Parts: sequence; structure tokens; C-alpha cells
Amino acid sequence: MIEVKNIQKSFDSKIIIQDVSAVMKAGQCNLIIGASGSGKTVLMKCMVGLFDPDHGSILYGGHDFTAMEGRDKTEIRKEIGMLFQGSALFDSLNVEQNIMFPLSMFTDWTYKKKLDRVNEVLNRVNLPDVNRKFPAELSGGMKKRVALARAIVLNPKYLFCDEPNSGLDPQTSLVIDKLIKEITVEYNITTVINTHDMNSVMEIGNYILYMYKGNKEWEGTNQEIIFSKNQRLNDFIFASEFLQDAKDMRMLEQKGKIADDRNMDELLK
Amino acid sequence: MSFFTHFGKYLLMLKGMFSRPENARLYWKEFMHQCVEIGVGSLGIVSIISVFMGAVSAVQTAYQLVSPLISKSTIAQIVRDTVILEFAPTLVCIVLAGVVGSKIASELGNMRVSEQIDALEIMGIKTKTYLILPKVVAALIMIPLLVVIAMALGIWGGRLAGVASGIIDGYTYDRGLKEFFDPYTIKFALTKSYVFAFIISSVPAFYGYFVKGGALEIGRASTKAVVVSCILILLFDYILSALLLPT
Repeated sequence: MIEVKNIQKSFDSKIIIQDVSAVMKAGQCNLIIGASGSGKTVLMKCMVGLFDPDHGSILYGGHDFTAMEGRDKTEIRKEIGMLFQGSALFDSLNVEQNIMFPLSMFTDWTYKKKLDRVNEVLNRVNLPDVNRKFPAELSGGMKKRVALARAIVLNPKYLFCDEPNSGLDPQTSLVIDKLIKEITVEYNITTVINTHDMNSVMEIGNYILYMYKGNKEWEGTNQEIIFSKNQRLNDFIFASEFLQDAKDMRMLEQKGKIADDRNMDELLK
Repeated sequence: MSFFTHFGKYLLMLKGMFSRPENARLYWKEFMHQCVEIGVGSLGIVSIISVFMGAVSAVQTAYQLVSPLISKSTIAQIVRDTVILEFAPTLVCIVLAGVVGSKIASELGNMRVSEQIDALEIMGIKTKTYLILPKVVAALIMIPLLVVIAMALGIWGGRLAGVASGIIDGYTYDRGLKEFFDPYTIKFALTKSYVFAFIISSVPAFYGYFVKGGALEIGRASTKAVVVSCILILLFDYILSALLLPT
């Protein structure tokens, strides 16, 4: 579990996030959503320790990460895996070496054992037989899956995903979402996802934190978001007519008015 | 940002390089990789430049020594001393600032912009130690070696040009090399090469590591790194000459 307590961060005296608190549970996909510039990336970078917050604290399993120094901080970081927006694979290393890198750095396993683990995670992300390929030879979706494999290779307790679906087609986005969800449940990981993708919000958002101009505007589940009366949230989530219609349909469905496929066919007529 | 802010950040970066490695074997591997990149990778250009600077030096010295009272072996002495004192350490290091410096700055800049450095940080790796220290240590070992090779090739280049153009015969040139030779010049040249090696590796690392933005900024950082390194090499060339050469 990750607890965010009253986090504030500013750059050059401009406040980017202000007094944000949240509790993100294990075995769930916790989504941070918001418009560009709302502070969600800064919040995530504070959570993983890339930025130091001005005040407030981040607790990993009850331990205050923001108050830690040196080795203690490194120990927590070893339990963190992160999937970056641009994948952040090491250009000079092939897929196998990329995924093996954290294992080589932090374990004293034999090459055979490391290779077995690499193949295991590659199979888990449905990417067998790409061991010898370099990042430049992979498609966007494949890069994301390799980065996901690298993020989970050390069995992290916490997984952070910064816009995992950016630049991907809808079908590949679904594959990535499904993978993240499966891995989160399978390994009981606390997953934090920073996203703009409304499909992800509806499909995998166990907990959703909506940021607006650096503040926490709304929080809830993907069931509750449908019925939210928060105007800013509705304007953001259901920005297009298509999404508004989808919301109405989902509301009807939730209220039990669409019982089965036959009823749906009648409604559509 | 002011000069002092930059300088303070640079000093903090240097301080940050010295921490206990997470895995000594991987750091050693990275260090060896950098030795190959910096040393072997630059050997070709250093060899070509050295031979030609020695050759040009021999021809131009002969052109200026018109008095029949001055022995031909003086050409070898002048070539030897200019190559050892100035051409090999300074000229070669200026070239290396372009070759090695721009590579270090653009490599680290690209890693920063594509979030590879962030990825290493999140894994719990001390990025300054893992990415910068092996480069600096490799430069401190390989660049003086390149300078020594440049000295030998430069002197040989002078002999080659002198004999080929009929300015001086091989025997007189070899005799001239041994006349009035002061081994301190080698010490002085090596001292300079260590200082320049540190500049060539640490200054571009600073500009690359802290780059912000995209591809354009990487290019700018790379150019700035080379320009600043060259200026610092020339500045320290003067300072070291003034301090270490007995006048």
C-alpha cells in the first residue's frame, strides 16, 4: 500500500501540486488522471523519488519514503518497477540484456538462472523470441511490453506506469491494460498508472484520482465515476459526444435497464 | 543560471560520483567499455593527427632555420620538444574534446531526455557513479596513453617528412633527438594530459547529464560541452606552463 499525505511541490515558487493525499492499495490499479499540466506526472515523480516534495510524505508499507536517506531509500527503490511513457529501454542493450540488467545489478544469480527469469517474464508479456532484438527494431507496443517485463523482473511490490498507452493503437492499448491488470492481481502489486486513456479508466481503474490544476478534485472507483456529479470531472472524462453516449449507456446498464443482449438490440432499434 | 550556480552544480556532480557501487563487476564492465570507447575509439584520429603535426613541424622548422651555423640536428630537437611539450598533449586533447567530449555529452543527454537515467535512478542505481565515474576514470587512464602514443608518432612523423623531403638524414635526426633531452618535459606533458583528460570527461558529462528538453537541446549541450572544454584546456595549458615550467 502507498499513502500520499499532503504532498506539495513547486518549481521556482510556482506551486504545481498542492496538498494532495491518497491511499493506493495493493492488488489494485490506482489511476491518476487529469488534463495536461494538472500535475499528475509531478505527483508520480514525487512518489518514486525523482522529485523531492516541498512538504508532505509518501509512505510505502507504512515507511516514510520522503524522510529516508541513502541505503534505506535504495532498498525501497529496489521494490519499485516503472514503465515509462517512452519505454526508456537502454539503446545499446538488446531485449535480453535490458531485462537482465536489474538482475545483474542486484542479484548474484548465475547466467542460466537470470536467463530463465528473463524468458519467464518475456513469456508473461507475450513476447517470446525477441531476446536478441535491439529496442530500435521493436514496435511501440513491443517496447512497452519489454519495458513492462523489465519493470517486473525483480518482482516489485510497487509498479508505476507513466501513460502506458500513449502512442499506441486502441487494440495494443487494450493488450497493455489487460497485461498490467493481470500482473497487478497475480503478484498483488500496488500499481499506480498515470493516464489520459478513458478506456483504461473505465476498464482497469479500481481507484481513480482526478487532478485539477494541481489539486485533488475527485477520487473514487470506475463504478462511481459514471454517476459523479463533479462538473470538472465530467467535462474532462466525457469530453466528446461519443463518450457522453457511452456514459449514458453504461449508466443504463448499471441501473439494470439493459438486462441482456436482446434488450440492448431492442433499445438500439 | 549564473557561473557560480553552474560551478556549484558541477562540484556537486563530482561529489556525487564517489559512492559505493551496487555491483562492482558491472561497474568494472562499464569501465572497460569506456576504456575501449575512449582509447581504442580515438586511436585512429590521434595517430593521423600526430604523424602530420610532426611532419609539418619538421618541414616548417627547417624552413625557418636558414643559418648555416645551426646544426641540422637542431630540427630534430625542436620537433621533439614542440611535440612533447605542446602538440601531443594540447592539440591532441583539443581534438579529443571534440571526439570524446561530444560523444559523452550526447550519450548522457540522450539518456536523460529518453528517461533512461530516470529508469536507472528508480532501479536504485546511483547514476552519477554508474554513468560518469567510469568515463572519467577511463579518460584519466586512456588519454595520457594516447598522448604518449601521439608523442612517439609525432616525432616519427617529423623524421619521415624530414628524410622524405631531403631536409635531414635519418642518422642526424636520431642524433638530434638525444641531444639536450630533458626528461622533465615528459613529466610536464603527462601532468597536462591528466588535467586535460579530467576536463574532457567531466565537463561534457556535466552538460549531458543535466540537459533538459529534446534533440535540439542535446545538440546544443554537446556543442557547449566541446567549446567550454576547449577553452578550459587552453586556459589550463597556460596556467600549468606558467606554474610548472622553470623560466
